[in-house]
Order: sequence, then structure tokens, then C-alpha cells
Amino acid sequence: MLSIKNLHVSIEGKDILKGINLDVKPGEVHAIMGPNGAGKSTLASVLAGRDLYNVTEGEVIFQGKDLLDMEPEDRAKEGIFLGFQYPIEIPGVSTVNFMKTAVNEHRKYKGLDPLSASDFLKLMREKKALVEIDSKLTNRSVNEGFSGGEKKKNEIFQMAMLEPKLAVLDETDSGLDIDALRVVANGVNKLKTRDNATIVITHYQRLLDYIVPDVVHVLYNGRIVKTAGKELALELEEKGYDWIKEENGK
Amino acid sequence: MAKEEQDKILNEVTESEYKYGFVTDIENDDIGKGLNEDIIRMISAKKKEPKFMLDFRLKAYRHWKTMKMPEWAYLKIPEIDYQDIIYYSAPKQKAKLESMDDVDPEIRATFDKLGIPLDEQKILANVAVDVVMDSSSVKTTFKEALAEKGIIFCSFSEAVQDHPDLIQEYMGTVVPIQDNFFAALNSAVFSDGSFVYIPKGVRCPMELSTYFRINAENTGQFERTLIVCEEESYVSYLEGCTAPMRDENQLHAAIVEIIVKDNAEVKYSTVQNWYPGDKNGKGGIYNFVTKRGICEGVNSKLMWAQVETGSAVTWKYPSTILKGDGSSSEFYSVAVTNNYQQADTGTKMIHIGNNTKSTIISKGISAGKSNNSYRGLVKVVKNCEGARNFSQCDSLLLGDKCGAHTFPYLEIGNPSAKVEHEATTSKIGEDQIFYCNQRGINTEDAIGLIVNGYAKEVINKMPMEFAVEAQKLLQISLEGSVG
Repeated sequence: MLSIKNLHVSIEGKDILKGINLDVKPGEVHAIMGPNGAGKSTLASVLAGRDLYNVTEGEVIFQGKDLLDMEPEDRAKEGIFLGFQYPIEIPGVSTVNFMKTAVNEHRKYKGLDPLSASDFLKLMREKKALVEIDSKLTNRSVNEGFSGGEKKKNEIFQMAMLEPKLAVLDETDSGLDIDALRVVANGVNKLKTRDNATIVITHYQRLLDYIVPDVVHVLYNGRIVKTAGKELALELEEKGYDWIKEENGK
Repeated sequence: MAKEEQDKILNEVTESEYKYGFVTDIENDDIGKGLNEDIIRMISAKKKEPKFMLDFRLKAYRHWKTMKMPEWAYLKIPEIDYQDIIYYSAPKQKAKLESMDDVDPEIRATFDKLGIPLDEQKILANVAVDVVMDSSSVKTTFKEALAEKGIIFCSFSEAVQDHPDLIQEYMGTVVPIQDNFFAALNSAVFSDGSFVYIPKGVRCPMELSTYFRINAENTGQFERTLIVCEEESYVSYLEGCTAPMRDENQLHAAIVEIIVKDNAEVKYSTVQNWYPGDKNGKGGIYNFVTKRGICEGVNSKLMWAQVETGSAVTWKYPSTILKGDGSSSEFYSVAVTNNYQQADTGTKMIHIGNNTKSTIISKGISAGKSNNSYRGLVKVVKNCEGARNFSQCDSLLLGDKCGAHTFPYLEIGNPSAKVEHEATTSKIGEDQIFYCNQRGINTEDAIGLIVNGYAKEVINKMPMEFAVEAQKLLQISLEGSVG
């Protein structure tokens, strides 16, 4: 589904990613862990098409298409969803209107007619129930005045609405209390199918108690330095990142 | 309004060039360039005006000659040669028209392109339209239905012929001829406009709307609107403008006067979309407007709602004199400037009566290399007890080459007044746009969505028909301004 080969990325002349290789297959959950500044969020942003970054080398193929050649909105419509570490507030734009616009853009891309108002509201109700998000949140402006937890729940709600093929969740667990964490994780688990895949980017092992990964990668200093099963997350939790840093020369 | 309709409109908007830039080929009945007393006499004679009108015009002209163009606004305006302007032109028409079929097909085609609601559907939608094409009225619909209720809605010229007593009583009482340079000029040469009279106790059953359109080359447009609302009456009036694309700068100096009596209410909504000039700042309309209402009676109400996207230069301060005790006024405005547009706009709220209340919500949006200024005055006179005002002035910037400025003036003469002022400045963030992109929404649509969200408080105050057009205009006006 996703194949990253030798990806090098820099920002303002500074190399952040220095040769990432990653393969994600349908149905898989990958966790990318690593200390602060390792390049985790950069990787997420580059996949989503943020233009702050320069890709200097390498390729990213998503479902047989050259991802790096696509506009961010087309990547989204091809099925890439980024759960933002810091979701953005859009004052005055209701979540309903925002999601309706987004859903219909996705439909248009697939050659489908836009949803009628009633079908759309029905879809919203279903997805709200699925991810256990409060109706009050979706009636408000996008993320405006939301708490950290509410913003993250809203990301999962949007993911449910858009049904991506590949969801990249960037530090979705940061700043969440245990209840919010559970809601978010449940949402992700319920949305999982044999055909879609998830990349969970996290600093802590905590989230991985709820979202069980098939593969865990450790990203350090712009490279994936370790790849193993879910037990790697526990090892990191126990030992911290220092041994990784030592193994890879500080 | 249905959400799909909104979305449809947002979606169908794809071009960044000014959409309404076409010229209708109609023979014009011009009088040649320049301004002097003979020209004014000629205008008055062409319009077969009674003597009081000619006297009014001449008095205004003589006063205007002693005045200078105001320079206090935050605007850079090239010198205007007032002798190089044609002050009167009217489309040639056959005799009086009975039905739509009689309207000049050229004009009808123009209106169709603009989507002006003159057709059957729109009539069913309860909109009576008094269309001003250049300077003289072409067609008035629904007049009879309104007449049954004693409502007068007609062109200013017709009102001068048919209701001279009303015109004589009210014209120039809210905006006197010596009020300012442009008001004096308008009073001297105005060619036509609209007149609305709502009798005591009558609620006008439909939104009244007028479309203005500058058409003849080199023709200044001097419109005059007079609205009189008797006790306990109500009217919602809509004014919308689109103009064809032209290279010459075109002068526009309109006057709107509104009189609101005891317990009466007026809503005055505007969508202003005069040609703003091209991307390099060439061409565009100079728009100098004096709009003022007086809440003369107790508990009278006047609401201004406006979406301003056009004109190369905008100089406009719809104002309310709150004279009646307990009267109130609201001002809701979205002003967009892009490329090289300049706007100096705002409002004046003059509190005279006791317990008068005013609300000002101003949303400025600047893009390109434009400058957008809010200038507002809240004045509470010495003997006015219990006045209240709330002002909120927000500025939104797109890019880093534009300017937003706020000039609030507070003149509070009575200690019982409560006056609040809030102001914010924000930028459309790359972050917001990227967030929308990541959900599958392209940048142009994202800007439309964000800007319409920002302006929602104001758009919500517009009548539904206008709200749709306003949203469309906001997006059109800002296309190509980011990215």
C-alpha cells in the first residue's frame, strides 16, 4: 500500500530525514516511536504534502502512484489521512459544513454525486456514535475553543467520516487523559479493516496498550534504526531511548 | 438556505478574473462632458423636473464649487478631473413598458448574465426589483402589489413627478447639500435612484431590491436613494451592484437618506461589487458614498448590513443619528480588498436620544497589496442619558503585503454612557489552509470557507438572497490571493 524508499527530507537546508525505508501493507498497524526531534512529525507532514519541507532524495509510492507528485488535497482524496498533533482551529466554520465540503470533495474525486443533506446528517450520526463523540462538538466551529482531548476526538471523528486507506496519526496521544485516550484508541480500532492501514506516531508506549501494532519502528536522527514486533514498544518503555541513542552513536 | 446550494455556489466559482466585466451595447442619451450651471439646467430639463428640484441642484452646485475634496481618509486617490466626466446618460427606451417582453433584449440578456432576479421564479420568490441601468429606471416590478398597501417604491425621477410633496419634504434632510464634497456633487447632478415610502403601520411584505450598474463609458454614476418609514412600519431594502470591466476610472458618488419614525424599523443591506480594477491596479470604480439614516422616532431601529468587495477606492461610512429615545442601530460590515484596492470605510453612530443603543461589527479582509481601513465614530452628546455602544472591529490579513488599519473615534459627552470597543487582527494561516487541504479541500475553496466563517456574523444578517451572493463574492474577490 505504502512504500517509502530512501526518503531524504530537509528544511531550510537542514537534513531531517536521512534515508527512510518503510513498507506498509493493507490491514497493518505500524507504530513509529522515537525521541523528540527524531523526525517523526516531519515524516507525517511529508506524507500529507506539507510544502515546508524539501524532499531531496527518494520516493514514496502509495497504491502504485507517486505520492510526492500529488497536491495535498489529492493525497487526501487518494486516501491519506493525517491526524494532526495540533489540530487547527477554523473560527466560524461549523464542523458540519467543513466535513460536508470534505466528504463531497472525496465523493467528487471518485465520480460520485454529492450526498444529500439528509444522507450526510445520517452519516454523521453513525460516525459520531462509532467514535463516541459528543454532538455538541460537531455543532461548533472546527476545533474552536476545544480542549486538547476534544480536538483529538474530533480528528478521529473526521477520520471516521473520510474512511481513509492510510491513516497517519501524529502524536494523537499527546496531552490526553486516560478516558480521552481510550475513546481515541477505540475509534481507531473500530475503524480498522483488512483493507486499510494505520501508522501511529507516538513518543510513549501508553497508546500502544490500546492500539496494538503489528510492527514497531524506532526513528532516531532521521533514520529508522530498529524494527520489530509489538514487544519493542515495551522494551522502549522500560529502558527509555538512551540505549538506542548509544547504539547509534549520539 | 440549503447547504447544498451554498456548496454548489462555492463550487461553481472557479475564475479569478472579475466575472461581471462585460459591456452592454445600448444607445446612450449623453449630454457631453463637463459640469456647469447650464449642464445642471439641462439635466433638470431632460428630467422635466419641477422648479424646487432645479433650485436644489443649483444651490448644491454653487456650494460644491466652494468645497475641496476631503483628504483625511487613508486613501491615495489620483486627481479627478470633474470637467472630464459625463454627468448624465440614460439608456434610450421605447415608450412605457407593460411587461418583461417589452424590455430591451440586450438589457435582459445582461440581467440574465448577472442573474438578476427579474424572471418569473424570482417574482414568485417575492422579490420586487427596481432596476437601475446606468441612470434611469428601466423596469419596476410589483409596484401595484405594493401600492395596494400604500407603499411607494419607484425610481427617484418618478417620485419627483408623482410625489413631489414627499420629495420636497424629506430630500436633503438627513444628508444636507453642504454635508460633504461628494454629497454636494451628488445633490447637484444626481440622475436617478430609488424612492421608498412605507405608510404608518405597514410592514412591507417583501424585500425591496435595486440593482445598480454602471454601463456607459466615462459616465459618473450619481444615485440617490430616499427611504421614509412612517410610524410602526417596517421595510427591508437590498442594494446590489455589479459593473462592467473598464480601464477608465469611474466616479461614483451616491447618497442614501433614511428616515425612521416612531417604532418603525428599516434594514438596509448592500452587496457592493463595483469593478475593482485589474491585478495591477489599473481601472476600477471610485466609490464615494454618503449613507445616513435618522432614527427620528422613539424606539425606532435602523440596521445596516453590507458586504463590500468591489471598487478601486471606497470611501463610505453608513451612519445613524439616534435621535428618538430608545432608538437603536446596528452596523454589520464585511469589507474585502485585494490587489491594489483601497477602502476607508466604517460608520458613525450619533447618540442624541436617551437610552439609545448601537452595535458595530466590522470585519475587514485584506489581501494582495491592498489597504483596508476601518474608521468609526461613536458620539454621545451631552444631554443623552444611558447611551450604549458595542463596537467590534476585526481585521483578517492574507499575505504580508497588505495593510489593515483601525481608526476608532469616541466622543463621549455624558458620563452615563457605556461604550465598549474590541479589535482583533489575525492572519489566515498556512496551517488553516493545509488543514483543509489535508481533508481534501483545495486552497481556493479553503480560503472561501475560512473567509466565510470569519464573516459569518455579518453574512447571517443579510437577507437570504443576498447571503448567497455575498458568499460567492467573498470567494471570487479573494481568488488567487494566496499560494
